[in-house]
Amino acid sequence: MSFFKKLKEKFTTQTDSVTEKFKEGLAKTRDSFVGQMNELFAQYRSVDEEFFEELEEILIGADVGVSTVLELIDELKDEVKLRNIKDSTEIAPVISEKLAEKLDKSGEDTELNIQKDGMTVILFVGVNGVGKTTTIGKVAHFFKEQDKTVVMAAGDTFRAGAIEQLEVWGERVGVDVVKQQAGSDPAAVMYDAIQSARAKQADILLCDTAGRLQNKVNLMKELEKVKRVISRELPEAPHEVLLVLDATTGQNALSQAKTFQETTDVSGIVLTKLDGTARGGIVLAIRNELDIPVKLVGLGEGIEDLQQFDAEQFVYGLFKELVEEDTGAGEEDEESR
Amino acid sequence: MAFEGLAERLQATFDKMKGRGKVSEADVKEMMREVRLALLEADVNFKVVKKFVNDVKERAVGQEVMKSLTPGQQVIKVVNEELTKLMGEEQSKIALAQKPPTVVMMVGLQGAGKTTTTGKLANFLRKKNNRKPLMAAADIYRPAAIDQLETLGKQLSMPVFSLGDQVNPVDIATGAVNQAKEEHHDYVLIDTAGRLHVDEDLMGELQRIKEAVQPDEILLVVDAMTGQDAVNVAESFNEQLDLTGIVLTKLDGDTRGGAALSVKAVTGTPIKFAGMGEKIDQLEPFHPERMASRILGMGDVLSLIEKAQTNVDEERAKELEKKMRTAELTFDDFLEQLEQVRNMGPLDELLAMIPGANKKALKNVQVDESQIGRVEAIVRSMTSHEKQQPSVINASRKRRIAKGSGTSIQDVNRLLKQFEDMKKMMKQMTNMQGKKKGKGGFQLPFM
Repeated sequence: MSFFKKLKEKFTTQTDSVTEKFKEGLAKTRDSFVGQMNELFAQYRSVDEEFFEELEEILIGADVGVSTVLELIDELKDEVKLRNIKDSTEIAPVISEKLAEKLDKSGEDTELNIQKDGMTVILFVGVNGVGKTTTIGKVAHFFKEQDKTVVMAAGDTFRAGAIEQLEVWGERVGVDVVKQQAGSDPAAVMYDAIQSARAKQADILLCDTAGRLQNKVNLMKELEKVKRVISRELPEAPHEVLLVLDATTGQNALSQAKTFQETTDVSGIVLTKLDGTARGGIVLAIRNELDIPVKLVGLGEGIEDLQQFDAEQFVYGLFKELVEEDTGAGEEDEESR
Repeated sequence: MAFEGLAERLQATFDKMKGRGKVSEADVKEMMREVRLALLEADVNFKVVKKFVNDVKERAVGQEVMKSLTPGQQVIKVVNEELTKLMGEEQSKIALAQKPPTVVMMVGLQGAGKTTTTGKLANFLRKKNNRKPLMAAADIYRPAAIDQLETLGKQLSMPVFSLGDQVNPVDIATGAVNQAKEEHHDYVLIDTAGRLHVDEDLMGELQRIKEAVQPDEILLVVDAMTGQDAVNVAESFNEQLDLTGIVLTKLDGDTRGGAALSVKAVTGTPIKFAGMGEKIDQLEPFHPERMASRILGMGDVLSLIEKAQTNVDEERAKELEKKMRTAELTFDDFLEQLEQVRNMGPLDELLAMIPGANKKALKNVQVDESQIGRVEAIVRSMTSHEKQQPSVINASRKRRIAKGSGTSIQDVNRLLKQFEDMKKMMKQMTNMQGKKKGKGGFQLPFM
């Protein structure tokens, strides 16, 4: 089980705040998930059809999604045959290994594409109510902390109060907001924002957009136009198109990701509200079925709780108990608390 | 393979069974697996699914399905019936207090759509129930949440009670109820801040608001796209607040909305409203029986039938049918038909409701409403003689029609040709039906 040993060594030697954030933010997911797994192993001594059916349910219950789960179960069944596993305790490490494999696509770039010279434009897209505006406020804070000049563009001209909401964030973080009146053309707001950010020699321009359901063709076309206007004004831009997804969303998250990718060429995902859900499994489904890296995760309501996604951190946060049991260090850990 | 409807899923199973005389118990088991997967894919909670499938299985293994000649149809029928039973069979209305004002509290997670729904509900109450509601802005946490409600109030020209964001939400709620009494409002809608069901402090705040204003209705606002966690959220809000109803939002998306079933199953409280779009008037009373077929991916058959019934004059339809059969169709009939279809609402919405017309196929069908407008313009530019007898339309008439409708002669030609084709097709169809009665023609799967 070298994978877990490696993970464990990495994270027990460094108890930095990021690891803590991941551990805390994922506490709910982990508690329910590990609890269920332990119950499963206690209930089924041998690995049979029923065992797999139960496992299937646990995974689906974590919003991993039917097709990813079926795929995983098939792989596990093969593995069981191959290694001639009969006892349920023997399969435990195999399960976590497989899950980790699916989460941790090596070589994937979860870093934000930030320009060394000149302005970086980040466009935020997503359905209604996922937390786009809040995310932008937090991202603005993140860059502000690094002494960057940040400008925000109030591109949600549709929802009542959206511009005001971004303005409050602007004041809170100390960042300028470019806006027009409610109801105006969002593409025009972007045009203004780019001019204004240029004049201010800003490093980062964060563009808010109105939430839209992915099956609304006209609204998706509007988004295309917004992106087009940005690219016209600044040929390389937007450097990042971040799709904001709500972690409590079920299988529709996949449909959202697919459609938004088709229209705006999404470069990364921001997964919000991960702390509130016992699920988080949608991360697995997204990473398994789509080729879009998760770049940021929202692990709490605080302004600092938006973190860069780290697959290893995520796996550790999720399987902490399993990892520690697996490497035989679980008890020690209990005592030291 | 995601988001296949139950009908499609079962089709595959039936194909395997084809050629065999009867259905075995193993076949039923296989079918139940498909039912289970379809529900899980629709985001129905797995615990709810488990119980549901067991109930259906009992009925299915019994007489009904095994002896039936059309087991597929039977399975879907049983599933649909059980699902409808679970969703609640009847529409449920919003409470009305004996002594006004009726106090309604809106609660839910962040981003579910509470503020928007509050505005929509106020509009609904005024428009449909002829009431005079007061909205109260008690979300003091999210930046500009109060602005949002106030903007909605302005749009609707309806009053919004607010004390700014430095006042305790409990005081805001009581203040609103008092003002409503003074100003004789018959409803008070309290918009509360979004919160996690596990956040003890904030859940405590809701309990204090409840205590203070004794609401007649506590509505949990749930995003229809919510996944498996919907169960925990609903359970927890219900335990702490004793919900009286649920509002399902964002149902105009392409989610199957299994959360509806989960939430109903664990709380036992009825779903009262559904948010169907971004516009302020797009809140509808929830129809539980229709939700069943949506979750199963069978199209909203009932809604379609109802829409057609209210909008199509039956006698005219019969007359038209006769004309179709005899292929005596004129442009007058065509125009009438066009209008009736139009009255039913946006075409793509209509198409999506047809069973069998699944999302995959529809994705590439972009219904261009302006195209229809152009066709209409052409027909309207014809004289009544031309409409009755399209054969008289010669080159000079075509030129006039094109000019009159702002189109080109090619457009006119295309329409005339399509019209002729349509007539021909109808003739063929009626001939076909005449020869082998009942069989052939259009048949929907399992119907």
